[in-house]
Amino acid sequence: MLAKRIIPCLDVLNGKVVKGVNFINLKEVGDPVEHGAFYSEQGADELVYLDITATHEKRKLLSALVQRIAGNINIPFTVGGGVNQIQDADALLSAGADKISVNSAAVMNPPLIDQIARSFGSQFLVVAIDAKNVNGKWVVHRNGGRIATDRELFEWASEVWMRGAGEILFTSMDHDGVKTGYACKELAMLSEALPIPVIASGGAGAPEHFLDAFTLGKADAALAASVFHYKEITIPELKKYLQQNKVSVRI
Amino acid sequence: MNEKIVIIRYNAGNIKSVDFALRRFGVKAEISDDPEMIRMAGKVIFPGVGEASGTMEYLRQKGLDIVIKQLKQPVLGICLGMQLMCSYSEEGATDCLGIFDTEVLRFREGKIPHMGWNTLEGVKGDLYEKIKDGTYVYYVHSFYVPVNPDSTASSAYGPVFSASMQRDNFYATQYHPERSGSYGEIILKNFVYL
Repeated sequence: MLAKRIIPCLDVLNGKVVKGVNFINLKEVGDPVEHGAFYSEQGADELVYLDITATHEKRKLLSALVQRIAGNINIPFTVGGGVNQIQDADALLSAGADKISVNSAAVMNPPLIDQIARSFGSQFLVVAIDAKNVNGKWVVHRNGGRIATDRELFEWASEVWMRGAGEILFTSMDHDGVKTGYACKELAMLSEALPIPVIASGGAGAPEHFLDAFTLGKADAALAASVFHYKEITIPELKKYLQQNKVSVRI
Repeated sequence: MNEKIVIIRYNAGNIKSVDFALRRFGVKAEISDDPEMIRMAGKVIFPGVGEASGTMEYLRQKGLDIVIKQLKQPVLGICLGMQLMCSYSEEGATDCLGIFDTEVLRFREGKIPHMGWNTLEGVKGDLYEKIKDGTYVYYVHSFYVPVNPDSTASSAYGPVFSASMQRDNFYATQYHPERSGSYGEIILKNFVYL
């Protein structure tokens, strides 16, 4: 039976893993490969590396890092935060990334989704969507949530699927960092409307939240960062809890 | 182990990850599309992520279709590699290499691609030494091979399908051993040290 996936997310700045709240007060905490290997040994099903470097050196650094990750980690990993054009996707694929995640660049240039999917296959492309509820309407935001767009969550999700995205990573900005659970209602709507896997993101604070994301939210995978970084929840404990609650997980 | 392992280079994604996986347990492979180099190899790995009809076209142009079919040493097809070793694929409605006498069909229910970790059932044969039923392996695919007399393990996603196959010197896995954690590594080692 296909297992529900648990995915730790690592933020990377200048080649190092960083921790911080909403990209403020970032603290360097170590090597991306070592952190990834630790999560992999703990039973993570996949890893997401989100590169938040904003310098000219970025592309070269990221390519070298991805090669090192691919060489050392034996589970799938996704790289996000650096893909603005098809050449970026190509470079990450050549470096050994299993998947890439595209966010702002997809909103600003939707045909990029078609291009990447046609060139490298849908399985290679995760489209990340950040959205927040504004007067009852789920408004898609870009640039790390700083800029509101004229896109609505469900319409945009449907469009990115039709353009060839292989998975959708939905972050509810209202739930992100609050640790009171994922946006399960919206997740369920996305999961039921779309014939591709949906990854829940934003809001994990306790094992019950993961359970809710999979049962109420019908998510195929759940992503979290800080609860794993700060060891508030360990992956073995979480998977045991999910298994006891009849969620199929890889143990 | 002195014999050379060759990974077939062709127009498919992520061939490197197989090379990386071998290196993690100290095996250095050649990546090549040179027919002579492939014929002379001790073992051949035929990996791949991509689209069937376009890839078959590429293999025919390079003459690699004939080369692969005639290999006598152990050959391991992975994911698309396995599908291309069958007789026909619904993906792009293309004839394939015909090493395994079965068709490749599209999943018609559930979310597509079938992506993530699924369990192996009914494991048998050389690839599965030290591997038990219920072991999780990593899949990413939209097309599948039905269970047939050459199947050596199965998984279920809607239909029960071939997780792996073997006929004579030809081995194949639908899942990605190179991305399937420590058990995947055991499966790859079982092939490399056949």
